[in-house]
Amino acid sequence: MVIFLRNKYSVCPGCSLLCDDIEIEMKGTEIDKANNACIKGVSRIKDTKKLESKIDGNEVNQDEAIFKAAELLQNANNPLIFGLDNSTTEAQLEAIKLAKLISATIDDNSSFCQGPIVNAILKNELKTCTLDDVRDYADVLVFWGADPSNSHPRLNSKYAYYPRGKERQRGWDEDRTAIAIDVRESSSSVLCKDNFYQIPPRSDGELMTALSSAFSGKMPKVSFDIETQRILKLSNILKKAKYGVIFAGLGLTYSQTGIETIKNFLTELNTYSNFHLIPMVGHYNMRGFNQALYNETGYVNRVKFVKNESGNLDIKHGLQYSVLEQLNNKEPDTVLIIGTDPFTSMPHSVAKKLKEVPTIIIDPCETLTEKIADVVIRSAKSGIECGGNAIRIDGTCVELVPIINSGCLCDEHIICKIMEEI
Amino acid sequence: MTNVMEVYNLLPKTNCKECGKSTCMAFAVDLLARKVKVDDCSPIKNENQYIENYQKLTDLFKTSDDVSEAGLIVHEEKCTGCGNCVVACPVNVSHDPKGVALGKAPKSNKVILRVIDGVVKSSNVHECRRFGEEKILCNACIVTCPNKAIEFV
Ligand code: SF4
Repeated sequence: MVIFLRNKYSVCPGCSLLCDDIEIEMKGTEIDKANNACIKGVSRIKDTKKLESKIDGNEVNQDEAIFKAAELLQNANNPLIFGLDNSTTEAQLEAIKLAKLISATIDDNSSFCQGPIVNAILKNELKTCTLDDVRDYADVLVFWGADPSNSHPRLNSKYAYYPRGKERQRGWDEDRTAIAIDVRESSSSVLCKDNFYQIPPRSDGELMTALSSAFSGKMPKVSFDIETQRILKLSNILKKAKYGVIFAGLGLTYSQTGIETIKNFLTELNTYSNFHLIPMVGHYNMRGFNQALYNETGYVNRVKFVKNESGNLDIKHGLQYSVLEQLNNKEPDTVLIIGTDPFTSMPHSVAKKLKEVPTIIIDPCETLTEKIADVVIRSAKSGIECGGNAIRIDGTCVELVPIINSGCLCDEHIICKIMEEI
Repeated sequence: MTNVMEVYNLLPKTNCKECGKSTCMAFAVDLLARKVKVDDCSPIKNENQYIENYQKLTDLFKTSDDVSEAGLIVHEEKCTGCGNCVVACPVNVSHDPKGVALGKAPKSNKVILRVIDGVVKSSNVHECRRFGEEKILCNACIVTCPNKAIEFV
């Protein structure tokens, strides 16, 4: 194993914050400590257990597994490629090439996560900002349906609530106000103290309407139990913000059928104030996938490439190309899953459909889904055993520099090899 | 967090002055400030009737490695290494204005709190505002912890 000559700091691929100040301590050729990273990052960085590739549950060498995967994909009429949110942008681009080559459907976790919000941001329909702007300027933070203390543990210490910034020099208790809006108390809402607003599930839209009324001086009305005075207080804080940021969690996104209400609310709010929105995407490079596919096709996810009669590629997009619909309707005849685990992230009723189709997995870690997979190809851990680029939660590109070289192929090269075989 | 009344209620409350203090309350205050030890109260240590309270007090004030001289305890099993306390601590901010004050990796060796391998660790605790004669009841690291992992005894 080779240890790379690194900058002083490494980047953590534990979540989409991509913390860039991690100090690694080595013991021989092993990573001994990952300092400054949170516990989530540490477990990601230090888990470098070596696993073998498999065909039908039996260990094989990686080339055999790649060959078998290529054979299955070549023979497929309607393949589906899913995942890629824990891969570098370089690997994502190769996977899009592969999807074009084999006329596949391609989708990622954003399909049932923050896809609609990222899409609106890429189309300039929602005002956003960078995390560095949050640190330097934000005076009002709203965690809406989000629990960063668990999902993005260092968000508050590194960028949002606690650090000093250019125009935020006096410390969090004087300079910033943090608000949590959620259906239950969380490790993040406790930090907001009196500014925690508990609302019933799916009443986020109603609260937005009430706040909009309050902005324009009308009496806010809601059907659930909350004091009018509290809504008025909240609307006042929002209106008076110099630089506000809404961290939109899945709780907010899932409460809406579309994102029109969120867009309208932000527009309304910004006639009085200066608010930005950052979607709390989870996987470290989900935004990278959305950006890469958007650049290629104009869509952030749910795309199918189809060869037309003249031999050119048509791009199809729609709900029917989402991974959930595809699996539910038993559309794909081969599925390639890269760096994600449907059996932990999807309803079991959908994930179990994978048992009925040839399934190929490219993953450095052991996953539940691999128990039913026909082929498992072990890849290097990106950001730890191989490098590349990734896009942070706020759209900033961050370079991942490998810490160790295990000699394992990264998913980018595995996908290239599959394409060569095909 | 233990307060002075809790400590006082565990003491004999006889104001016997054997410890050299004028009242049990004064002893409780000094115990919290770590100026005296539980064993300096000879009745609670030696008399059978106080055996349970003696045990409780020694547990509260046990001088293990986990408890710093400033009385800071980090419950490592609850800590997620989020670093809120590291950045919020006013002593850290003044010692490391270019590092932890900005939410970045520490650039100074003088910081009191830092995250090592996913868990917060304390050092230089004599710099803590709760330490020594001039101490104040700063609670920046306690109120910013989302998991109640930090406590002062
Ligand atoms: S907050 Fe996310 S990126 Fe930062 S150290 Fe923790 S897991 Fe890694």
